[in-house]
Amino acid sequence: MADTAIPPDTAPHAPGTAARRRPGRLPAPERPRRRAPSRATAGTGRLAALLVSPTLLVLTVVVLYPTLMALDESLYGPKGLDPKTGFISDTEPFVGLKNYTDIFTQAGDRFWNAFWNTTFFTVVTVSLETLIGVAMAIVMHRAFRGRSVVRAGILVPWAIPTAISGLLWKWIFNANGIANVVLGHQVLWTADGFSAKIAVVIADVWKTAPFIGLLVLAGLQVIPKEVYEAARLDGASALQQFWRITLPLVKPALMVAVLFRCLDALRMFDLPYILIGAQKGSVETLSMLAQNEASNVRFGPASAYAVLLFLYVFLIALAFVRLLGADLIGGAGGTKKRKSRAVRTPRRRVREVTA
Amino acid sequence: MTLTAKWRQWLPHLGIALVVAYCLAPFYWMLVSSLRSTGDIFSTSLFPSSVSFENYRSVFSPGQGFTRALLNSLVVAGVTTALSLLLATFTAYAMARLEFRFKRLILTLIIATSMFPVVSIVVPLLKLFTDIGWINTYQSMIVPSMSFTLPLAVWNLTTFFRQMPDELEHAAMVDGCTRGQAFRKVIVPLAAPGIFTTAIITFIAAWNEFLIALSMTNKPSMQTATVAISKFSGATTYQTPFGSQMAAGVVVTIPLVVMVLLFQRRIVAGLTAGAAK
Repeated sequence: MADTAIPPDTAPHAPGTAARRRPGRLPAPERPRRRAPSRATAGTGRLAALLVSPTLLVLTVVVLYPTLMALDESLYGPKGLDPKTGFISDTEPFVGLKNYTDIFTQAGDRFWNAFWNTTFFTVVTVSLETLIGVAMAIVMHRAFRGRSVVRAGILVPWAIPTAISGLLWKWIFNANGIANVVLGHQVLWTADGFSAKIAVVIADVWKTAPFIGLLVLAGLQVIPKEVYEAARLDGASALQQFWRITLPLVKPALMVAVLFRCLDALRMFDLPYILIGAQKGSVETLSMLAQNEASNVRFGPASAYAVLLFLYVFLIALAFVRLLGADLIGGAGGTKKRKSRAVRTPRRRVREVTA
Repeated sequence: MTLTAKWRQWLPHLGIALVVAYCLAPFYWMLVSSLRSTGDIFSTSLFPSSVSFENYRSVFSPGQGFTRALLNSLVVAGVTTALSLLLATFTAYAMARLEFRFKRLILTLIIATSMFPVVSIVVPLLKLFTDIGWINTYQSMIVPSMSFTLPLAVWNLTTFFRQMPDELEHAAMVDGCTRGQAFRKVIVPLAAPGIFTTAIITFIAAWNEFLIALSMTNKPSMQTATVAISKFSGATTYQTPFGSQMAAGVVVTIPLVVMVLLFQRRIVAGLTAGAAK
């Protein structure tokens, strides 16, 4: 960035002042990772707490508290009829784990259907998006002219609200719509059936494959050209270069993209809800099931489904981080290295000045 | 040989054309359909035979209440973005610049919350908001939206702050600024592009939100644009008003597409911030 040009200008007068004002800071190379080590602990800690706590407070209120509420709520059943008065009772009866055990009985059919739909959508859409996204990234990486046009174009599906893209694809998949005209074949896409699943998959892949493409492109752009030159000199074919160089080097970026997409696909709601509709067995996801139960004032089962979805998402995320080593926060190791380098350079200059 | 050479020269262009067509064709179809007249709506010609703004007029007809929905969207997304950015700027600064205990854990936790299934907070909050009478209010949509916009903003801004050299504020502090002054007078102005990009990305995320807005409102006058469009009804109940839906879709999308075109470089930098480490 352009910002990096600034330190050399400020450097000449800064080290001198630093040396005069705080000589205590100088003999610190044994702890190169900490900046301003003499004051780091107490003052910095307090400042950090002050800066971080509002965010943590808000997230506690909007995420942690509702989650605990959902756990509690999932132990209650829907409001029943009061046997004495015959009216709907005001309180929900405590049913213990019944909402959870119910998924193993007849009432669980809808849950398992939603569970398998969610899993199906996640596996199929993310696989397709990864394939198409990587292909897109490679195409964009090759292009030298018109890159900004492509970049703008590729952002359009990302920027369109999912709700709008649902409507758009509903129109495309209309019985008399363009999809059937292009295919020359009558398919009832938006009726409840397997074709509805396909419609959702196509619409979702269209919207999010470019996003994976962008993330992978960013990964491709940091691979030095020399690596490929060396490989070519050693006689590696284009395919070998892709499998042996591109893919391993782009893997960290790809893993993060795939993780994000997986977690996003697991909570899919807008697209099937608008494209096909609520309470359609062929496309109902866990999010749709929970939302539908809640909007019918059956908060107990709704909360149980929400908790189960949360656990599912959590397990998948954990598996990604543990098994595949997806680095979510972009590697503290890398940043630390960069930081310590940035810190050390001015220190060396300081010593030169004072000596 | 010359054939393969030519092929090699043209292949990247062909690829680019394919990628752009893939991304834009459905959007183009929405635009073209919105410009057709009602009688013409099922036509499959690539250009409308005669451009008609009939659908746009019907979208903005007073009975539809779409202007109000747009305003609702603007308020909800705007306030959500402003609040998220305010909190996230401080937090991200601490994450990028200060060394303190549990930093990595806290950052992981914050980012992890954005991966939360929204429905698992909507269900309990729906019950809570019903009890305290918050249904059909702006705050009932703004507060839950913070659950995903705040982590998004913290993550983006942390990356931007990390990219700025440490020497900047060292120099400022050496020149007599306190850490707070260095932050206010040096870091924030220099991080303005990053903050701006984060604002766009956060705003788009909040603007596109559907599940929360759908669950928390049942009065048409409080619905956001995305919800309102999904509930559009035609002049007759038997006919889905595809034309007006497409027109409304274009209206909701155009501001985003314009923003994307203007700030594409920055948005891409923001979106890929975490990926290219």
